[in-house]
Amino acid sequence: MGAEPRAAVGNDFTVRAPQALNDPTLRANFRRAMDGLMSKRAAQFADKPAWDSLRARGAAAKARVLAQLPALLERLEDKCRANGITVHWAETIPEANAIVLEILQKAGARTVIKGKSMVSEEMELNHHLAAHGIQAVESDLGEYIIQLAGEAPSHIVMPCIHKNKAEIARLFAERIPGLGYTEDVDALTAAARAELRGRFAAADAGISGVNFAVAETGTLVLVENEGNGRLSTTLPPLHIALMGIEKLVESLEDLPPLLALLPRSATGQHITTYVNMITHPRRAGELDGPEEVHLVLLDSGRSRVYGDDQLRDTLRCIRCGACMNHCPVYSRVGGHTYKFVYPGPIGKILTPQLEGLDCAGDQPHASTLCNACVEVCPVKIPIADILVRLREESVRPGGGDAVKGGGARRSALETLSWRAWMLIYSRPWAGRLAAWGMTRFGNLLPERLPLLKAWTSVRTKPRFAAKSLHELAREQGYCDE
Amino acid sequence: MAQPATDVRLQSKPERVYYFGTCVIDLFYPGAGLAGMELLRREGVQVVFPPDQGCCGQPARNSGYMDEARAVALRQMAAFPNDWPIVVPSGSCAGMMKTHYPDLFKGRPEYERAVAFSARVHELTAFLVNVLRIKLEDKGPPVTVTWHGSCHSMREMGVVDEPKSLLRQLANVTLVENPREKECCGFGGTFSVRQPEISAAMVTDKIAALEETGAARVVSGDCGCLMNIGGALEKAGKSMRPQHIAEFLLERGHGR
Ligand code: SF4
Repeated sequence: MGAEPRAAVGNDFTVRAPQALNDPTLRANFRRAMDGLMSKRAAQFADKPAWDSLRARGAAAKARVLAQLPALLERLEDKCRANGITVHWAETIPEANAIVLEILQKAGARTVIKGKSMVSEEMELNHHLAAHGIQAVESDLGEYIIQLAGEAPSHIVMPCIHKNKAEIARLFAERIPGLGYTEDVDALTAAARAELRGRFAAADAGISGVNFAVAETGTLVLVENEGNGRLSTTLPPLHIALMGIEKLVESLEDLPPLLALLPRSATGQHITTYVNMITHPRRAGELDGPEEVHLVLLDSGRSRVYGDDQLRDTLRCIRCGACMNHCPVYSRVGGHTYKFVYPGPIGKILTPQLEGLDCAGDQPHASTLCNACVEVCPVKIPIADILVRLREESVRPGGGDAVKGGGARRSALETLSWRAWMLIYSRPWAGRLAAWGMTRFGNLLPERLPLLKAWTSVRTKPRFAAKSLHELAREQGYCDE
Repeated sequence: MAQPATDVRLQSKPERVYYFGTCVIDLFYPGAGLAGMELLRREGVQVVFPPDQGCCGQPARNSGYMDEARAVALRQMAAFPNDWPIVVPSGSCAGMMKTHYPDLFKGRPEYERAVAFSARVHELTAFLVNVLRIKLEDKGPPVTVTWHGSCHSMREMGVVDEPKSLLRQLANVTLVENPREKECCGFGGTFSVRQPEISAAMVTDKIAALEETGAARVVSGDCGCLMNIGGALEKAGKSMRPQHIAEFLLERGHGR
């Protein structure tokens, strides 16, 4: 059970996009879902000054964390330890997987119930555990559905948003014994719930993500709507929380603006149904809660992102998904086209930094730089500027060392073209000559030239004017001061 | 996204302005460029078109070729030496000059110059509305139009309502707004040829949304978008006509 391992799939966005575009059901599913999410979010932020000030507070809280990340991580570790939570550091994904496996094996765990965790997706943890005889069951309804289907999440908040009701009904009828085909949402949810209740009760361990870890108090904050997060972290005797090293806040006071921004931006909710705050394992005399709590902090390329002043802003992300909900590219090709864990705008800036420009360098180009994401990001990540920066790194002569795989996309032909362009537009005589030539002969260019061919698939060929504005302006006396 | 700096000196109507025609307008839509200059001139402003101007540098910058973009940006800065406002009939090129020139030269000796230059940049419709407080006359026949706001005009220049307020001044023009106005048309400069299939899907959706407004024309302030939308309308055999707002406004004033 579970998605195909990533190593098995190609990485070329440009090749995969047309397949998604040619799937009308997928296109319609995304369009409908994204339209709904956009209007729900808009309703939450109708008051512009209130949005501006809330967002400024959220962005400032995350910026403050990044300004002192190493010290805050140490503080978090100290606090967690003092509270009885065991803290583990993993520099790489294999290390993180080994840590989780060891904890589970030591406890003799055979089955694990999971709350939603994007870090566990990064780790491909379910595969790793399955290979060692441990079964991990996803308990978030969306994650549960895609696990049944053997697929990967297509959205960071709503992992099965690519599926419509009928597709889910078919899947459930096939995979859940005794349940016939029904499109009744309540019946489908009840079937999943019945399946999962047994799993919760039987699980030897629970694994979850972390939305915010509070350095001041060592509190792990987890937001969710289904109660599955609470069950996963309280019912089994062992709880393992997974988080990227950036998901920190300094103090409890930073939580209110972020807890207000996250659900409003993500699903258009004021607040999630559950806000879990986990500070310690079960204490003597307490009736519930796990006896053991572990926190695994994953780096996996993040400290390299942290090392660059501009790229660092990427790490402010609170994973609300608003950038993808508003992205005109994501809403047309869907999350699977990105092939990595994080799709959409945040994926386009994060994936190439974590995986390297040599294998994900096409992603920063999958954007018109329309800035729709920048406009809605609750922590003001300058996504478009970072996209451009990554484009720059991917063609940097000699590669540079800001991003892994720098310079990987540099080509002699493209470099030469931009050199020629520079010559035309930085030397007025060359510009005049080029404009004269293009206005006289440009329309003779045949449609089958590579770039024109791409353009004219759905558009007519642009027509050069008979005279350039330069010529006309001179004739009409606009050039004299 | 850098916040556009406002030129505080511009409380009243300047005597003279520079005009930056943009490379797309220069080669493909010179009529739109001339119309913008004419609108400014009619308001009693002397318009100067420096012949040494070219491209704002955005295509290279957006492709990651920063040295090339800087060389071209420096050339533009040199072409507009006097301390006059620079009016640009394109939100996208204005956005490049206003928000990205300072970024391009951060930490370099030209930085101060770039900041001073960027403060002088104005998008045409915002300039007509906010600085010149233009009053338009409509001598044209009744027509229904819809407005296409470009992403950079809206989100880099913060110009959202100004162009529509101009259209609303025209007595015989009915403006039908497109509920998907804020969605990108799929042009994105080199994006249109780097990701041709996605770009095609986006522009196809865009013209469908525009058609649903029932307008006879789509008016915009950006010739990149117009080239994309207009080309798609023509290829699909649609009757809706694309037009730059400067040309449209001038035409209405002449009653053509
Ligand atoms: S980049 Fe911003 S909008 Fe996108 S998921 Fe992260 S916080 Fe949300």
